Amino acid sequence: MQVPAPFEYERATSVDHAIALMERLGGEARLVAGGHSLLPMMKLRLATPEYLIDINDLSAELGYIRIENGEVRIGAMTRHRELLESDDLAAVLPIFRDAEKVIADPVVRNRGTLGGSLCQADPSEDLSAVCDAVGALCVIRTKSGERVVSMHDFHRGPYETAVADGEMLTEVRIPIRPDSGSAYHKVERRAGDWAVASAGAAVTMNGGTIADGRVGLCAVGPNLTNVEPISAALRGQTPSEELYATVGQIAADNASPATDTRGTAAYKTHLAKELTIRSLRKAVARATGQD
Amino acid sequence: MEISMNVNGDDVTREVEPRTLLVHFIRDHLGLTGTHWGCDTSNCGTCVVWVDNEPVKSCTTLAAMTGGHEVRTVEGMEVDGVLDPVQEGFIQCHGLQCGFCTPGMMLTARALLDRNPDPTDAEIREAISGQICRCTGYSTIVRSIQWAAAKEQETPVEVSAS
Repeated sequence: MQVPAPFEYERATSVDHAIALMERLGGEARLVAGGHSLLPMMKLRLATPEYLIDINDLSAELGYIRIENGEVRIGAMTRHRELLESDDLAAVLPIFRDAEKVIADPVVRNRGTLGGSLCQADPSEDLSAVCDAVGALCVIRTKSGERVVSMHDFHRGPYETAVADGEMLTEVRIPIRPDSGSAYHKVERRAGDWAVASAGAAVTMNGGTIADGRVGLCAVGPNLTNVEPISAALRGQTPSEELYATVGQIAADNASPATDTRGTAAYKTHLAKELTIRSLRKAVARATGQD
Repeated sequence: MEISMNVNGDDVTREVEPRTLLVHFIRDHLGLTGTHWGCDTSNCGTCVVWVDNEPVKSCTTLAAMTGGHEVRTVEGMEVDGVLDPVQEGFIQCHGLQCGFCTPGMMLTARALLDRNPDPTDAEIREAISGQICRCTGYSTIVRSIQWAAAKEQETPVEVSAS
């Protein structure tokens, strides 16, 4: 039987309350949202917080997808299912629906949240790659106010983020640019599994050339994801299969996967290349209305 | 800590450790052993129950997190001695062999039909994709859910408020 180590349970009723609880309880307190990342870690005793602060009552305060003033704002308590089912989100950022279709399974998606996924910062976690590909900003609430960090700065490494003790991720903001497209491709061993490898791409076109392009990889190394040399290679270029192949090779060269039960390092490196190519091809097709 | 919730229409209050998982609360504290405890890793789905009308995996939910909410288990599917059409479908179409996955399968199926009364084969398979039948009897499970959908299309079933 897998049971977490003992802890004290508190329930927060607002963001301010959660921040106050964390301040009072100190560094051994952890927030729990859907619990589908943290509770498995606690059952394996990889995480042993002394205090667990349940923020599910914040679903109304932090569960939203707002599209206004040229950006998408998604509350940290937005559940996977809401991200999957939002037609408004899919219309401007189809990469989210692509990814959500292959994140865990429908029952898990009823509980798991955007904020929980990003804060878990698992190297195989899909939404971190998605948010990096689309250039998301993360809003972190602190005791004295809030700060906004890029996804690149948010994700510090495996299971490590820019969220410090006593702080919480409250929102993700993504700019909406005209003539843009995005897509996500993942290979998994069976329905709902973690990625063997995956890639997300987002491009903004300027006439016939790529003004800006980003690729986020997941499960092919200990760290994220946004492969900066890819962005440099895409900038100002005309989309072509040759370009995708060149950029796919950059993805493969930057990947450092480990051989494990999901596949060999060579296979995952191959996937990094191929999934980068497919995601870019799809993102460009969507940006140019050819999808 | 003391927690209270509504389970299958009954208000219950128990003293539990905060680390008690919902599946063990339901089975060991309430004695409702229809909810099964399987993989313990939120993969197999035999522990699925409803929390506020949505299927969740109770091995990855704390009982404490469910305090103040409504839980429905397989024992709550039958109302006044009348089986839910999903339960009937599993009987009619041999939707179970060993029966271990059945409670979770039926609760997920019920939630699917409430949202989508006429699902395609693919939609049914997607809905139960987080649940594992160790007997690999998926075809008859899908058929059982189709049977229930067809029955409900013929005879509109009144959805109870509770």
